[in-house]
Amino acid sequence: MADDKDVLRDVWFGRIPACFTLNQDEVTEREAEPYYLLLPRVSYLTLVTDKVKKHFLKVMRAEDVEEMWFEYEGTPLKWHYPIGVLFDLHASNNVLPWSITVHFKNFPDHDLLHCPSNSVIEAHFMSSIKEADALKHKSQVVNDMQKKDHKQLWMGLQNDKFDQFWAMNRKLMEYPTEDGGFRYIPFRIYQTMSDRPFIQKLFRPVSSEGSAHTLGDLLKEMYPDAITNDGEQKRYQVVIHGIEPLLETPLQWLSEHLSHPDNFLHICVIPIPTD
Amino acid sequence: MPVSLLWAVDVYGRVYSLSTAGQQWEQCRDAQMEFKRVTAAQQCCWGIACDNNIYLNVHASDLPVRYQEETYENQRWNPVDGFSERLLPSDRWQWSDVTGLQHQPLDSFQLPSSSWEWEGDWYVDENFEGEPTEKGGWSYAIDFPATYTKDKKWNSCVRRRRWLRYRRYKAMDTWAKIPSQQTTLPDPFSDISCGGWEISEEPRGRLSLWAVSLQGKVWFREGIYHHNPEGSSWEEVLLPGEVVQISCGPGDLVWAVLWEGQLIVREGISRDCPKGSSWAVVESPSPDVGAIHVAVGINVVWAVTKDNKDRAVYFRQGVTSSELSGKTWKAITVPRDGDRSHSSASANSLQRWIGLSGHTHTPHYICALLKSGCHAASASPESFVDVPTDSSNPPADPPKPRIPKVTSDSFISELVSDREPGKSSRDIGSAPPAVPEEESIPGEGEDKAPCAGSALSPSQSGGPLDPQWSNVDLEEAQQAQTVAAQDAADTCSLSSVATYTLAMEDPYGADEHPLWAWVSGGGCSVDTLVSSVQSMSLSVSPAQTAAWRRQIFEQLSERTKREMDNFRHYEQAIEQSVWVKKGTMQWWRDWKPHKWIDVHFALEQFSGPDGNKDGILFIYYNYYEEKKYLHAFINEVTILVPVLSDSKHTFAIYTPERTKQRWPIRLAAATELEMHDWLALLSVSCCDSRGIHGPPSKQAIWSITCKGDIFISEPSPGLEAMPYPTPCDQMFWRQVGGHLRIVECNSVGIVWGIGYDHTAWVYTGGYGGGFFQGLASSTDNIYTQTDVKSVYIYENQRWNPVTGYTNRYCTRLTPPFVLSHLTKCVVSDWTIDYSVSGGTDREGWQFAADFPASYHGYKTMKDFVRRRRWARKCKLTTTGPWQEIPPIPLSDVTILPCTAQSSVDVVPVWAISNKGDVLCRLGVTAVTPAGSSWLHVGTDQPFKSISIGAASQVWAIARDGSAFYRGSVSAQSPAGDCWYHIPSPAKQKLKQVSVGRTSVYTVDENGNLWYRQGVTPSYPQGSSWEHISNNVRRVSVGPLDQVWIIADKVQGSHSLSCGTVCHRLGVQPMEPKGQSWDYGIGGGWDHVTVRGNSVEPPRLRLPSLTDPSTRSPVPVRNTEVNGVGS
Repeated sequence: MADDKDVLRDVWFGRIPACFTLNQDEVTEREAEPYYLLLPRVSYLTLVTDKVKKHFLKVMRAEDVEEMWFEYEGTPLKWHYPIGVLFDLHASNNVLPWSITVHFKNFPDHDLLHCPSNSVIEAHFMSSIKEADALKHKSQVVNDMQKKDHKQLWMGLQNDKFDQFWAMNRKLMEYPTEDGGFRYIPFRIYQTMSDRPFIQKLFRPVSSEGSAHTLGDLLKEMYPDAITNDGEQKRYQVVIHGIEPLLETPLQWLSEHLSHPDNFLHICVIPIPTD
Repeated sequence: MPVSLLWAVDVYGRVYSLSTAGQQWEQCRDAQMEFKRVTAAQQCCWGIACDNNIYLNVHASDLPVRYQEETYENQRWNPVDGFSERLLPSDRWQWSDVTGLQHQPLDSFQLPSSSWEWEGDWYVDENFEGEPTEKGGWSYAIDFPATYTKDKKWNSCVRRRRWLRYRRYKAMDTWAKIPSQQTTLPDPFSDISCGGWEISEEPRGRLSLWAVSLQGKVWFREGIYHHNPEGSSWEEVLLPGEVVQISCGPGDLVWAVLWEGQLIVREGISRDCPKGSSWAVVESPSPDVGAIHVAVGINVVWAVTKDNKDRAVYFRQGVTSSELSGKTWKAITVPRDGDRSHSSASANSLQRWIGLSGHTHTPHYICALLKSGCHAASASPESFVDVPTDSSNPPADPPKPRIPKVTSDSFISELVSDREPGKSSRDIGSAPPAVPEEESIPGEGEDKAPCAGSALSPSQSGGPLDPQWSNVDLEEAQQAQTVAAQDAADTCSLSSVATYTLAMEDPYGADEHPLWAWVSGGGCSVDTLVSSVQSMSLSVSPAQTAAWRRQIFEQLSERTKREMDNFRHYEQAIEQSVWVKKGTMQWWRDWKPHKWIDVHFALEQFSGPDGNKDGILFIYYNYYEEKKYLHAFINEVTILVPVLSDSKHTFAIYTPERTKQRWPIRLAAATELEMHDWLALLSVSCCDSRGIHGPPSKQAIWSITCKGDIFISEPSPGLEAMPYPTPCDQMFWRQVGGHLRIVECNSVGIVWGIGYDHTAWVYTGGYGGGFFQGLASSTDNIYTQTDVKSVYIYENQRWNPVTGYTNRYCTRLTPPFVLSHLTKCVVSDWTIDYSVSGGTDREGWQFAADFPASYHGYKTMKDFVRRRRWARKCKLTTTGPWQEIPPIPLSDVTILPCTAQSSVDVVPVWAISNKGDVLCRLGVTAVTPAGSSWLHVGTDQPFKSISIGAASQVWAIARDGSAFYRGSVSAQSPAGDCWYHIPSPAKQKLKQVSVGRTSVYTVDENGNLWYRQGVTPSYPQGSSWEHISNNVRRVSVGPLDQVWIIADKVQGSHSLSCGTVCHRLGVQPMEPKGQSWDYGIGGGWDHVTVRGNSVEPPRLRLPSLTDPSTRSPVPVRNTEVNGVGS
């Protein structure tokens, strides 16, 4: 019997094969080869693409280079979403490797946040963790941590150190047994069909009658369309980390095991391709 | 913790029991008689029935109560008849006891009571002092009485042989009348109390039973022990007055109440004299009114006074084992509630008081019976008062529990008058603490189960009330002990925190629920910890098999396949960098003089070229002002082992090189926590570097250090290879949680362990536990485990002409005994240990001519020094993948070793109880490794070691050092039919046996390893013993007939080690004895078992000794690394 701890490993070590190609409009001195990379699902694009940048800079003149950004089939990719979320949301039903276009010009300011350095990613990551802990424990756990503990979480993500990260993250996943779960589940529901960035509301892991809330309960309240009713054709996939958990999966368990390192449960609702 | 019972009697004389595993009171249906009073021990319950006879209810067990009767047949030789029964007039009887003084013909043996039955007929004992005799069982001598030998000589004039017959106590789980002695007992009994099981472990199951007759006399039941549960006779105890009531604690405390109201305390009770010698009088707590009831535990005494209006409960302060009568009384009072109708409030206060009294090492609880009119409406089990009763620590803050004062008078006589319908809402007895299920017991609506209420219902006070408080009777204050009764191993929690749910009387008629008259908790033992853990595990298990969870596991592995498998040649986005953890420690330096020096310690972790994580350990030290360092590669570390040390938290790190040297890197951390943090981190790092995750494989080799720590090693395919097996100093060992003395396994994954306190444990399939937190430990299958280990010190004295024995001139004084990290778990005071080999005198002394020498248990003229051993019990609580198999404590266990191909369904498991009984476990399969029940296998003497081979050949070693082979064991007859006595090697007493596929090996008490020659399928007993090796402590023979031992005196290049795991090289089917030893991890090892390793070595394969991956063929999950560099 597999152990729940193995889920954490599988989640952490999820990789997406990607092929980076330079946008054809970019001016190069010679033709740029595509660059292949295994991207960690739980990390952020700008955090893991130093090699990509270096690769393409070799064929470019310095004066043509502005801030690097990525696009997939016309959609600018938001670096502040975890890579796995971007993939599940935009590209999950297409062939691998995931083909990403690299731009060095015309930064789409209205679509993307600027990311001048890793410290911006760190700030974004830590603020997510703090927000999640505010929901889970009224911020008590994260506030009890020391500066170096916060650093350990970040360094664990940055350097892909599972043990280092989880040694600290374990504390963020604890809760009093008698409560049966966190105060609220930190979650975000993403949808491709909407202009809203994502759905995020307060939702408790345990119902007022004391029974455990499931993934289905959450969707029923937040996004009823995502649920296939009896007799209906399935229209949406509910994807977390590239898999579709059953709707009866307890939400608390999902939050503990399938959350991203930022401690949010990122749920993608994707329309089933019609063809 | 085994299931135990709380006993109670209701006002109609019906007897009920409540099991710690049960949820409701069970009426004792077979009791024809009505009972007045019961008193319970762990193994039985005594009661006074309405016919004024005493009845005994012995709890059924897988271990029968068998008594061995023996008599000797004596013969003398004469020239005409040869040996015949014609003896000389001066000789002994033809049939006699062993001394020859008692005439004992076979037909003179009668069953002592109708509760016994004969097991079979008389037969001749053919064993003589551990040796088989010639047919007939005769032993010969020159004359009576003399030294007997098993061989007939020219001058043998007399001979004798021993006849044996067993009788069995059959009246299990039923009330059997104790035969009365009308001549000596003219008047009926009115009170009874049993206890005293902590006074001595010998004989096994010994109890003290005290009884009071109506005329006020006190009687002591002689000779109660396991093989004689009924005892033999009543002895009258002389008294200073007439006694009304008596109470006996688990230890040496016996108090009684006199008619006049004073109390008397029995003095002089000891292991040699459980009856005690004299009485001391203690005045009643109140000068005006006498006491009416007393209840004692261990160092706790409670009393109730007689006052009709203002009955109060008193607690005796200062009761210790040296001052049994204590110092002063402390009243436990509360102002009586003005408004009687507030019964629930009062009941709350009662309940609060009922709680329990804390004790330093054993919880006591007191069952109070509040009779007539008191509603014990039960509140949530919140408020209990721990009364500090430690003798050395008298309650500075006197207990302030509150109890309603009570009126009216005594106990039994009160019953009838109380039974007025409509007024008879009375309280109910108490349920054992911390049985959470109690709260959900439904009122059964009939007289069977009292509603153990959970909520304090206001309506209770509206029920029919008796406005009179009647009385309070304190009954037992016996502590709850199970193992202690037999083994004196304290298993109860340190401070007694327990919750009572007081059963609640509801406003129905009196007939609907039992109205309790008496309750006895002497045999009841409750472990709050265990119950809570069990309830937790119940809630976890269903989720483990839930469909949604399986779905997630399956989808994740599909995802890995889909998204990663074809792209493993891609570059990883994040380069693995080095991660360093630093700390300070002390290091036992390599050069002389050896001592602890402060060092900096660092672990650098990185990803190796093959993707495996790896690391290097650095120890930075100063050598003559010069900074130097020592390092070890994590992938070369073979084990991290905590080391027993009296004052430091130390562990040792071995590599193959260090193992050869017998000189590990020894480190000491500042705190235990720090050491555990480092051990956990290093251990994860070592496992990562070898790609080992998850639980051990079924083939794993298990071993145990002298500290009780458990280690497992995954055998490489080349471990048993010929001619170049993997050297066993390269084996990697990792720790799993738990604390054991013995572990045995087989290749279908069944693993049993035995703790130092003889508790049997079964492996649950988890990993981690102990100090392994978080990711290094499995989520489920980890449970709390406790063990009790004795620590000993010797008190040494030298004789001098002036003062006799004294330690003044003794140069070998015991060093100050510091057990810093163990003291927190000490559960008993220092007591003299009489069970030292060589025997002791009455005070535990052993004598010798000088230190160090061989000691004997009696003083002679030549003895100038003496010593005695003091023992103290330490209780450890840890966690690990182990679950207890109650109730029989074990000393050895063996599991059938299966070969790789065999598909055995039910796996034979044999064991020896800690008292030497041979047991066969039924119902053991790979799915139910704990099995279902024990089958007792009769023997003529206690056994100590047992082993079953792959073809169900069972060998065992008796306590006297002789070997036995069990005939006809098969799947159809799991217990076999009879024992064949196998002569021991000349002049050697065997100690342990291990049987593999065909090989039989034994170890004797002098450390010799013996191989059984001539074993064939048609003659499985073999023909003779062949000496293989010396300095052997233990042997384990596996399903491939591989031989592994724990050896002493293994010389390394730097040091000598004792307790070393060694592997026999050159063992082949045609050469089962092998050729030489290969030395592995050690010293400090006590136990190894290779009986799970049934992996046939690859033929003609030359294992590469440097490739670490060949050493860990087991469950590997390294999803993160496979993609790199391939």
